[in-house]
Amino acid sequence: MIRLGSAATIGLMALSRIAQLVAVILLIATFNFVLVRAAPGDPAQVMAGQSGASDPKLLEDLRKEYGLDKPYAVQLASYLGRVVRLDLGYSYRQRRAVVDLILERLPATLLLTVTAFCLALLIGTTLGALAGLAAGSVLDTVFTVLSLVLYATPVFWLGLMLVLVFSVTLGWLPPFGYETINVKLSPLEHALDIAKHMIMPVTSLAAIYLAIYARLMRSSIIEVAQQDFIKTARAKGLSGPSIVVGHMLRNALVPVVTVAGMQAGALVGGAVVIETVFAWPGLGRLTFDALLQRDYPLLLGIFLILSIVVIVLNLLTDLIYRLIDPRMTTGAA
Amino acid sequence: MNRREFTQAMLAAGAAIPFGITRAAGQTRGGTLNTIIQPEPPLLVTAFNQQQPTLTLGGKIYESLLKYGADLKPMPGMAQSWEISPDGLTYTFKLFPNITFHDGKPMTSEDVVFSCMKVLTETHPRARQNFARVASAEAPDPLTVVFKLKQPFAPFLGCFDCTSAPIVPKHIYEGTDYRKNPLNDKAIGTGPFKLKEWVRGSHVHLVRHEGYYLKDQPYLDEIIYRIIPDSASRALALENGTVQLAQWTDVEFFDVQRFKAQKNLEVTTKGYEYFAPHQWLEMNNRIAPMNDKRFRQAVMHLIDRDALAKRVYFGSAKVATGPISSKTKFYDGKVKRYDYSIDKAKALLDEMGLKPDTNGKRAEIKYIVPPYGESYQRAGEFFRQSFARVGIDLVLVGTDMAGWAEKVGNWDYEMTQNLLYQLGDPALGVSRTYVSSNIKKGILFSNTEGYSNPEVDRLFDEAAVTLDEAKRLELYSKVQQILVEDVPVAWTLELEYPIIYDKAFKNIVSTGIGSHETFGSVYKS
Repeated sequence: MIRLGSAATIGLMALSRIAQLVAVILLIATFNFVLVRAAPGDPAQVMAGQSGASDPKLLEDLRKEYGLDKPYAVQLASYLGRVVRLDLGYSYRQRRAVVDLILERLPATLLLTVTAFCLALLIGTTLGALAGLAAGSVLDTVFTVLSLVLYATPVFWLGLMLVLVFSVTLGWLPPFGYETINVKLSPLEHALDIAKHMIMPVTSLAAIYLAIYARLMRSSIIEVAQQDFIKTARAKGLSGPSIVVGHMLRNALVPVVTVAGMQAGALVGGAVVIETVFAWPGLGRLTFDALLQRDYPLLLGIFLILSIVVIVLNLLTDLIYRLIDPRMTTGAA
Repeated sequence: MNRREFTQAMLAAGAAIPFGITRAAGQTRGGTLNTIIQPEPPLLVTAFNQQQPTLTLGGKIYESLLKYGADLKPMPGMAQSWEISPDGLTYTFKLFPNITFHDGKPMTSEDVVFSCMKVLTETHPRARQNFARVASAEAPDPLTVVFKLKQPFAPFLGCFDCTSAPIVPKHIYEGTDYRKNPLNDKAIGTGPFKLKEWVRGSHVHLVRHEGYYLKDQPYLDEIIYRIIPDSASRALALENGTVQLAQWTDVEFFDVQRFKAQKNLEVTTKGYEYFAPHQWLEMNNRIAPMNDKRFRQAVMHLIDRDALAKRVYFGSAKVATGPISSKTKFYDGKVKRYDYSIDKAKALLDEMGLKPDTNGKRAEIKYIVPPYGESYQRAGEFFRQSFARVGIDLVLVGTDMAGWAEKVGNWDYEMTQNLLYQLGDPALGVSRTYVSSNIKKGILFSNTEGYSNPEVDRLFDEAAVTLDEAKRLELYSKVQQILVEDVPVAWTLELEYPIIYDKAFKNIVSTGIGSHETFGSVYKS
């Protein structure tokens, strides 16, 4: 039974956390605003530059329409006011609500990056663990060399080579895009069509993550294997598999979870290079284009969403730590 | 040709056009054309955005009164004929009957007057300058438009291509904030194709406008523009047949040669005559040593422009001899030529006192690499090596579009590369780079180099309002001679962008506007 005093303390703590979160988000929003505006040029100039024609009236009209004619402080205050009201604004260039643009691109990005991330995590940690357990063997050498090659391979090059082999030469897979355009498909056929389009971009993207996790897991396993508690477990007569599963893997996973947590934030941001090579209509490409075009509202909207996702993912990573290793629970020591 | 002959020729041109253009033998209906659009346009209404991808795509949706052939002569667009009064002040256009917008409403002369005099003068920089010369525009009947000019403007008939004067529906835009009109997303024009779907980041799908006024056109059922951001991926898509047409900078110059060897593809550099992309090395004339004519002349000598055309642009370019492209009217090929000569360049630099120090270095100049793709980066490297041969360190500075636009527009640069379209007539696309009245800080594609010569100003002004073609030729010849002597910018190349397409498709290039055309007459054999 929770006492009243305790409930009040928890409530105060929750309020304090929420206040901290709001302050952090506003601080991030301000920082993003300053950062984005520090870049030279503005969207009116970009539009004029890309049009091959310009005159004072065009620039004046565009700046007025975008609100860039107002003092800097007024623009910042107006932006922060919108953030508080959960309004991400309106894209200068695309002339649509920022939130619509982000939500439109997010599914394609998540499908690509989360699939690649999960595959890389699963295969990478498995291969890394096997290599670590068989350190010094032929298997270890093969895995190590393979992961090194994958890690060193430029992702755009790998993507293009896959297209060259599987699309241009063999004609097995579609060279780019998210789905086949202009055909009527049943839901199942549509899902399979998307899966077919995903094979090459997911493989290209997963390759580098896979290499990272494999290398990390291998070294982590080797390090854990030399710890005293493993020697103790062996001395106690525990079987090999129970030592590996019950003791080594759990401990070896901690650095992998740390790195994966840090990289998870980037998943939402998309994979600019892969999205570019495979014409994948995702958020990464949208961000890159918004940066080049100085589409301030869109850039700020994406940055803000990404910042919030990173904060949430950090919290989740903390929770996963505690599941893997109860010693990390606050106050447990 | 004098003014009377010119007028008669114009009348004859209009009268010679058959009433309605009918299908020729062998043209079949049906088929899908898959092509590329890059970068993705922000919107499709060409009245409000004039970026090249917007114009390529919007050219299928929006039309204007005229088109221009490879010889830059006007051809019927939505106007089936036209007349010019002997004093060169009144232009009367007769429209084709039964033209409808994509929403089914009729397009009349009222729409033309509204578009040209209200919308475009508000939203379109080039059109604003052109229609500022109009004293009045009237629609005496639904099929007649009359423009009365304040004073003669010789190239006025060259101001009506689909990129310069797109016609938008009055019933949709009148009384609204044009740029924020919610129907902008629908892109309602009169062109042979209408917007069916735009999946951002993926593709734009156009389908046949069934109510199109030219019999049987468009022949194609649909055109799909795929957004493919990476140039290598675009080349692969063309190679494996996923797309059947690439235009402008879709394919890098170094990839063009291999497509010439692909049997199912046609590679042509035709279809850019109206735009005639003209490239130069831009030097800030306000700053030493670029403020000395001898330095700029030395630059003309020190660049091996033949090698630049062959090695950087892989033959998709021709050496430029002066300010006017050989494809544009009034080009004078007899101007002074600057041959590639390091010795002459050194002699000019020595003469102006820019001598090498003990390390052989004469000067250090910052060169901003324009953010227009791989070829511009390679050209920057080429220039750096060229300048090094005479002891000038060219320091390459990278930037993005916004940075480049700000630096060049605000004259905060030493040297860069620039490219402008000539738009068929020096008064439309050439004079803007050299006349003093167009030195406007903050404005890109104005006279950003800061060159000023009262005689050049006078000649350009006089040529623009002179109707007699022979007199214009004389005036433009004089101005070319002066400019080539003064070298306000170092002209390098006339770029010849490729149009690469599957031979199964016919009429891809039918005018001097090339891939900006409506594609109403394109068919699949």
